[in-house]
Amino acid sequence: MMKIEAIIREERLGHVKRALEEKGFVAMTVTRVLGRGEQKGIRLQYRGGSIEVDMLPKLKIEMFVRDEDVETVMRTVCDSARTGRFGDGRIFVMPVTISGKVRTGEVEGKLP
Amino acid sequence: MAIDTGDTAWIMISAALVMLMTPGVGLFYGGLVRSKSVISMISLSILAISLASIQWVLIGYSISFGHDMMGLIGGLDFIFMRNVGMNEAPLAESVPHLAYMMFQLVFAAVTLAILTSAVAERIKLSSFIVLSILWTTLVYDPLAHWVWAGGWLASLGALDFAGGTVVHISSGFSALAIALVIGKRVGFDSYVLEPHNIPMAMIGAALLWFGWFGFNAGSALTAGGLAASAFVVTNTSAAAGALAWLLGSWLRGKPSALGMVSGAIAGLVAITPAAGYVDAMSALLIGAFAGLICYSALLFRVSIGLDESLDAWAVHGVGGLWGALATGIFANPAVNTYTGLIYGNTGQFTAQVVAVLASVAYAFVISYVLARLVDATIGLRVTEDEEYVGLDIAVHGEKAYA
Repeated sequence: MMKIEAIIREERLGHVKRALEEKGFVAMTVTRVLGRGEQKGIRLQYRGGSIEVDMLPKLKIEMFVRDEDVETVMRTVCDSARTGRFGDGRIFVMPVTISGKVRTGEVEGKLP
Repeated sequence: MAIDTGDTAWIMISAALVMLMTPGVGLFYGGLVRSKSVISMISLSILAISLASIQWVLIGYSISFGHDMMGLIGGLDFIFMRNVGMNEAPLAESVPHLAYMMFQLVFAAVTLAILTSAVAERIKLSSFIVLSILWTTLVYDPLAHWVWAGGWLASLGALDFAGGTVVHISSGFSALAIALVIGKRVGFDSYVLEPHNIPMAMIGAALLWFGWFGFNAGSALTAGGLAASAFVVTNTSAAAGALAWLLGSWLRGKPSALGMVSGAIAGLVAITPAAGYVDAMSALLIGAFAGLICYSALLFRVSIGLDESLDAWAVHGVGGLWGALATGIFANPAVNTYTGLIYGNTGQFTAQVVAVLASVAYAFVISYVLARLVDATIGLRVTEDEEYVGLDIAVHGEKAYA
């Protein structure tokens, strides 16, 4: 099982949710975050100088998916979150060893 | 006639009530935009008061209410507040001229604030300042003269008690024209631009309702029976508008809170021109129809993909249009001598139709030209990056919420 963390533009959430849902991936957790990428935010030019808007609001989507679904989910998120401009975000995938369902107490994976 | 202390007190209180409507517009609009532009939205309203106040005492009052020149514009007899003093006002002899001037000033301010709907979240502040001064001088002031100060629409017999044509049709249809020039917000077609704080919008709407008592009942210009009548019809129409829109939204899904307060504003807009001429039962109909008509106008505006962002056109323009016509339909001679269509007077209705057509055409065309002019010279719109970051930080360097 893998955890997918995607940092995306706030305004793309509707597209991403819809695209994932069409492929059968519904469960997700969304958090409002602030961040900056390699371009260090946005620099706005004025006649008198410039101001740096460093930390831009983004959304972080967290999903837990089976190993064989990772590629589909990654592609779907990329395609639906993309605007083609700087600041579109990043996706991270990391292994999850154990997960449990609160309602049932059911555990997936081997407890140590 | 001598100055009356009761009338004077009422006019000054009314002016103060109307002043509160402008930040009310700011909060209403501020709640409807995204959190990154709320400071900008409220600021535009406060800026509207500031700009209109200075323009009004320098030249606006004079060209609106100065001596009539060919029915089109006022003369310069009151420029820089010359000849405006503590003696009787020419058009309201029981109150000081200064108090009357101030009462009219707050109308100009709130009208300008309503107009900010069209440019929400994307206008350059400098361009707004230039456009505002041009607009209030070339659109609002002439219209105020035509209707209230012996201009050609007044000579024609058109009725506008508290500003259906001058305030609401003019701001609503001007907003439509300016929205067409400035263009849609980035992302308007592809994602939902949700209101960020509906309670804030409801507080703004409540302040509008409160201030509107000064707007309409104050327009009686005396503290007497006519003011009381205007007070009652104003409240009745607002309440009917709120319930009608609430019901309309309920039929389409859920009873929307934002719809309810929008309906109240629609009811207030529609009763404005009629406030001194109709009875409470007519006000009930005027308000209820306003709620439904303005809601339909909003749905139509959304369906054609037009980003007149905060619906000055649908609520103020269309509501004002309906109210101006309704004045010609429901005017009751028992209230204030004027007779409408339902009492058999077609002449009054015709005069209202002419006033509506003239004010719609004038406001739309001149505003379109002014917006094009500002766009072609200094540019109306912020850059795409500034719009993305939000005007609060990009323009003011301030954030609404930590």
